[in-house]
Amino acid sequence: MSAAGHALALQGLSKRYGSFTAVDDVSLRIERGQFLTLLGPSGSGKTTILMCIAGFVAPTAGAVLLDNRDITALPPEKRDFGMVFQGYALFPHMSVAENVAFPLRVRRMGAAEREAKVRAALDLVQLERFADRRPSQLSGGQQQRVALARALVFDPALLLLDEPLSALDKKLRAELQDELKALHRRVGRTFVNVTHDQEEALSLSDRVAILNHGKLVQEGAPAALYEAPRTRFVADFLGKSNFLHGTVREAHPGAFAIAAGGTRLVQAVDRDAPRPALSMPVLLSLRPEKIALLAEEDTADNTVEGRIVTWSYLGAGFAISVATEDLGLLRVTLPSWGAPIAPAEGMPVRLGWSAAASVPVAEDAD
Amino acid sequence: MAAAAQRQTGWWLLILPAFLLMTAFYVAPILQVLTISFTEPQPGLQNYERLFTSESVQRVIWTTLRICTITTALALLLGYALAYRIALAEDRVRRWWILAVLVPLWISVLVRAFAWVTLLRRQGLVNQTLMETGIIAEPLQLVWNEFGIVVGMVHYMVPYAVLPMLASMREIDPRLLAAARGLGASRFTVFSRIFLPLSAPGLIAAGVLVFIFSLGFYITPAILGGGKTLMVAEWISLQILDLIRWGLGTMMATVLVVAILTTLAIFSRVVDLRRVFGSGA
Ligand SMILES: Nc1ncnc2c1ncn2[C@@H]1O[C@H](COP(=O)(O)OP(=O)(O)OP(=O)(O)O)[C@@H](O)[C@H]1O
Ligand SMILES: [Mg+2]
Repeated sequence: MSAAGHALALQGLSKRYGSFTAVDDVSLRIERGQFLTLLGPSGSGKTTILMCIAGFVAPTAGAVLLDNRDITALPPEKRDFGMVFQGYALFPHMSVAENVAFPLRVRRMGAAEREAKVRAALDLVQLERFADRRPSQLSGGQQQRVALARALVFDPALLLLDEPLSALDKKLRAELQDELKALHRRVGRTFVNVTHDQEEALSLSDRVAILNHGKLVQEGAPAALYEAPRTRFVADFLGKSNFLHGTVREAHPGAFAIAAGGTRLVQAVDRDAPRPALSMPVLLSLRPEKIALLAEEDTADNTVEGRIVTWSYLGAGFAISVATEDLGLLRVTLPSWGAPIAPAEGMPVRLGWSAAASVPVAEDAD
Repeated sequence: MAAAAQRQTGWWLLILPAFLLMTAFYVAPILQVLTISFTEPQPGLQNYERLFTSESVQRVIWTTLRICTITTALALLLGYALAYRIALAEDRVRRWWILAVLVPLWISVLVRAFAWVTLLRRQGLVNQTLMETGIIAEPLQLVWNEFGIVVGMVHYMVPYAVLPMLASMREIDPRLLAAARGLGASRFTVFSRIFLPLSAPGLIAAGVLVFIFSLGFYITPAILGGGKTLMVAEWISLQILDLIRWGLGTMMATVLVVAILTTLAIFSRVVDLRRVFGSGA
């Protein structure tokens, strides 16, 4: 299993059901060997896009290109893509080994070669011992690995995964995330994964494409999306965020200041970014973990005072809600080890963050 | 332990009245029939001897088995095609299909048999059409023979074949079929390697149901066979009502009951019988 993956491109892909648009003009490039995740809320069109790539759904407009070859009209069985379905879709009347051998059988591969490949694929997902079991005799995690082995055994050009981990409990999911990532590195294939779990998207992928209402909202490396969301939707969907409303009061190269109620907030921007117009309304996204609790003598670019309304202990950290006069309720997370305070309801606190901690984001169109 | 046993007894008491009623009106007469087959005209096994010595008895049994096998095979074939079509149809279309399958069940078996007679007789619609189009010169003998019986019985049996098969086809996850295609299987391979094996329990269940049902068929063979081709049920009634040979008639009835119970016993090892009779579906 050493052949390199293939590059895939979607060009202006749209899918309409009657007057309803499930996928709206999505263009996307996936380089060979990359792990791309389609991330979005329920009904945002993730599965539909994946089904267009797999060939089960014919797009209303646009094209699917594999290494620059148009495959939009190719039926699914001719595409040679491995696919792991939501719920795995293992054949219940076949043993694990027969399930994995199925794609090889339909390709009329000789028995000796087939057996060797099946064994290698089961080795890959560490299921050699279960070859003779039925899928119903396996745990959820084992079934998921059988589905992976079956999708990889015929050296597919591309591996498509539709919420491969959603049926598993949290701990197992984390374990299999690591396995999936290691597997991707080992086989060097192009993976396209669908999920609505943002943590999974961040931890697994080389690139994440965020979808909403069938539209591609933003695409990029996980860290870039997390640190520089372009819209309120992205900031809110990928991780948690506080949103600060204000109007521009001063604009300098590399920074501007806004008034949010009676509070002045400083926002760092690129030196060569266009300066915002004065008194323009802006929206800032501020991650909870980038806010610090300030002691009496501490200073920061931005400071605000408030009272703790609620707090919860999460093991590794505290999640605290602080009511402020000008900025409303602010969510703050602190590592619990070495926390400067023991939080209590009604406790007055002073919060601070640097000018580079927040990012300006656009309000969503709808 | 004791408490659980007591609760069990309580439940059994509840069905006691029904049990007594069944014994009095159902099991007792059957046992009586069984007894008569050993006692009439004189005590002994001579009625059962006829199974091995009488050519006419053997002929009836073979005719019945042949007709039932052919009927079952044809009903399964037609029923499978119909069930397949219905299982893959959209919800709205599916309801109409199911209705179309069920409607014949509400029409009296007598009416249906006579309808076939009018269609298939020498001056019937089928023969007339064939002669007018010049395909045949002489009318074909389509009724009062085994052909007519099989036509009538298949028509009667198709809904009974469709329902268990449809139930087991509906249980097949459509994603399995999509998955198989995604893994490189052609439509035909998807059918033969995934759909057919997964619908096999329904196929077997339908086969058992149709075969057992056919064994005891009376009205349809009596009308469409025209008294020339005798199946077991008609033969029994002939022995008892016309020839007053109670011993022979009850012997055959006993054989029929035993044959049905044996078939069920064999297949209960292969399929879940509750599926055959509907509660499993
Ligand atoms: N065959 C269809 N006919 C009509 N509408 C459809 C059809 N398939 C999908 N849709 C609609 O298209 C939209 C996108 O569906 P899709 O299955 O792609 O969502 P998704 O992002 O995968 O959601 P989820 O996370 O819930 O799986 C949904 O609003 C859905 O109702
Ligand atoms: Mg989906």
